[in-house]
Amino acid sequence: MTVIGQALRVAGKDLRIELRSREILYTMAFFGALLAVVDAFVFPANAKLARAAAPGMLWVAIAFAGTIGLGRAFDRERENDTMRALLLTPVPRLAVFLGKAAAMTVLVLSVSLVCVPLLSLLLDVPLVEHPPLALALLLGAIGFSVTGSVFSAALLKVRSRDVLLPVILYPLLIPLFVAGTSATAALLEIPRNDDKLWYWIGFLGIYDLAFLVVSVWIFESMVIE
Amino acid sequence: MPSLERVEIKKVTKRFGGERALAGVTMELAAGSMCALLGHNGAGKTTLLGILSTLTRADSGSVAYRAGDKPVTGAAVRREIGMLAHASLCYAELSARENLAFFASLYDLDAGRATLDAMLDRVGLDPKARDRAARTYSRGMLQRLALARALLTRPSLLLLDEPFTGLDRGGAISLGGELGALRDQGAIVVVVTHDLEAIAGRTDHVAILRRGQLVFEDRGSYDYEQLKDLYHSHAN
Amino acid sequence: MNRYLVPICASLGAIGFVLTIWMIFNSTPTQVDYQTDEGHVFLSGSSLFFNQKIFYYHVPHAFMLFAAVATSGIASILFLTKRVQKWDDIALATAEVAAVFGAVVLVTGSIWAKVAWDRWWIWEKRLTMSLLLWLTLIGYVLVRRFAGASADRLASGMAVFAMITLPFIYFMVGADDSHPQAGPDGNVATQDPRMRPTFYLSVLTFLLWFVALAAARIRGVRMEREVRELRERGLDAGVLA
Repeated sequence: MTVIGQALRVAGKDLRIELRSREILYTMAFFGALLAVVDAFVFPANAKLARAAAPGMLWVAIAFAGTIGLGRAFDRERENDTMRALLLTPVPRLAVFLGKAAAMTVLVLSVSLVCVPLLSLLLDVPLVEHPPLALALLLGAIGFSVTGSVFSAALLKVRSRDVLLPVILYPLLIPLFVAGTSATAALLEIPRNDDKLWYWIGFLGIYDLAFLVVSVWIFESMVIE
Repeated sequence: MPSLERVEIKKVTKRFGGERALAGVTMELAAGSMCALLGHNGAGKTTLLGILSTLTRADSGSVAYRAGDKPVTGAAVRREIGMLAHASLCYAELSARENLAFFASLYDLDAGRATLDAMLDRVGLDPKARDRAARTYSRGMLQRLALARALLTRPSLLLLDEPFTGLDRGGAISLGGELGALRDQGAIVVVVTHDLEAIAGRTDHVAILRRGQLVFEDRGSYDYEQLKDLYHSHAN
Repeated sequence: MNRYLVPICASLGAIGFVLTIWMIFNSTPTQVDYQTDEGHVFLSGSSLFFNQKIFYYHVPHAFMLFAAVATSGIASILFLTKRVQKWDDIALATAEVAAVFGAVVLVTGSIWAKVAWDRWWIWEKRLTMSLLLWLTLIGYVLVRRFAGASADRLASGMAVFAMITLPFIYFMVGADDSHPQAGPDGNVATQDPRMRPTFYLSVLTFLLWFVALAAARIRGVRMEREVRELRERGLDAGVLA
């Protein structure tokens, strides 16, 4: 069996468990929606302001909801010490890592499926009309999940993991969120600013690639005590 | 698949942060033996088990796994390891069959219903419960599932971390019997426990750790009273 | 490590402090720019006067910040691959020193900005980079303190990721760079030869200061461990209870 096949099995297992309880999906999506509503209250009537602020709100919602999801997803591997069981299998640790990160990417993407239309609707900003946004969100979700999975896995045995996860993650991920926000903002410019859009999407792509390479290299030494 | 015949632990040390967990432990484990690893909390038993399971890296010293005269390393070692702990190492949201099927697939083993059911029969898990989420199981049922998961891969190195915790006397004794049978089939069994009664008369190798050091080691069978005396005179 | 290293670096650094302070106020030019307009000569608006002198502290600290971060990053990589305690000691000590130097860079930079741009803070490339770098360092120190036995691994991982984040931060903030350069506003040592000796002496002083701090910290970490090991040996021998 190839590494990809094994990774897919791990990811499939995660998603199967999630589909059964839907705990992470529901809570993440609800939290993302709440953030969108709170944002809509913060910038009420001013359409110009809403348009300028919407990209930032979207990515902040994804960052916050994503962090909650990450914490819970890895709590699940901690409950019955199943992370130990996974690492004990002869499957390469690379496959375990890729599987966890892939499942997390799917979860983060489904949160944006809730946040994008909601923000679009509440703030009257045409977010849904732009297909390239999906690409930016996908790249953003990958970068977030990859980095998040490395540190969540390493934090499993640490008591203050819930506090430390954002402390570690956010400074490293600020370029990712800034790039995502800038790409989204480029979409909303009238007329759409394609140069800026593709610059930032390219930025996200290279960022993902670099972080993926380092994560793959570092994962095993981070989870082995 | 080469089954492991010997594990040589040489001068293994480990620190967590600044705290010393192991301070130069040297011992050897052989096929067909069952080693009781005893000691107080924090004596380094679990750390040693972690190092044996390859999930903890020793700061210095070495652990060599051998099949015949050949050293075995990496994934090949992990394939031979079966782990049974206080936690079930199974997913609470999945049923017994799903848990076994998932792990079997990661070990590249036959995950057919017949194979899995045969294993669940062997550990005596109630057939009616096999498609229910493991979260609904009693402690005893969970331990049976955990045992099935550990045995499924036909391990030649069984690592047991407090496997008797939470089991009733009958459950503990029958698990002890199961482990004895595995030893007789030629597996290396290492058991970390406080429950001397459950392992009394079954072990043929006793090692006692105290503050990270091996303070007593002997190959020989001991009954409950003897084990208790040994423990009290060396672990404190 | 040589036990004279810390006292020597510290005392040379102390001499350097006194010398640089004296030189900064006596032998360097005060920044004054003139504009001529229809025969009248008057001071230009960009003139910083005495405020420019913060440059002699700001820039050397920034140099040391990057030197410390680079040392810590490389030591972290070595620790993760080799798991030799020595590298972790170095990574920890230099990261902590970097956090202190980073704070100085941000504060002095902010004072400069207030005078030069009449704003305490602007979101300009190098400022943003330094701020993010500094936030990562603070995160690093927090992880070290609160992550228990896994702290060394987590912190090294953070340091490695922080190193690859840096170029992205650079490109993130865009091409416009209003940070003072060796430009017409003249405040980098290459501009006025009278500034050079003081500037280079400052750099040397803070380099000595950095080495002294880091070496002292590394020794502290080592001694802590030695004390612990001695205590363990005492316990093993039954001398201590």
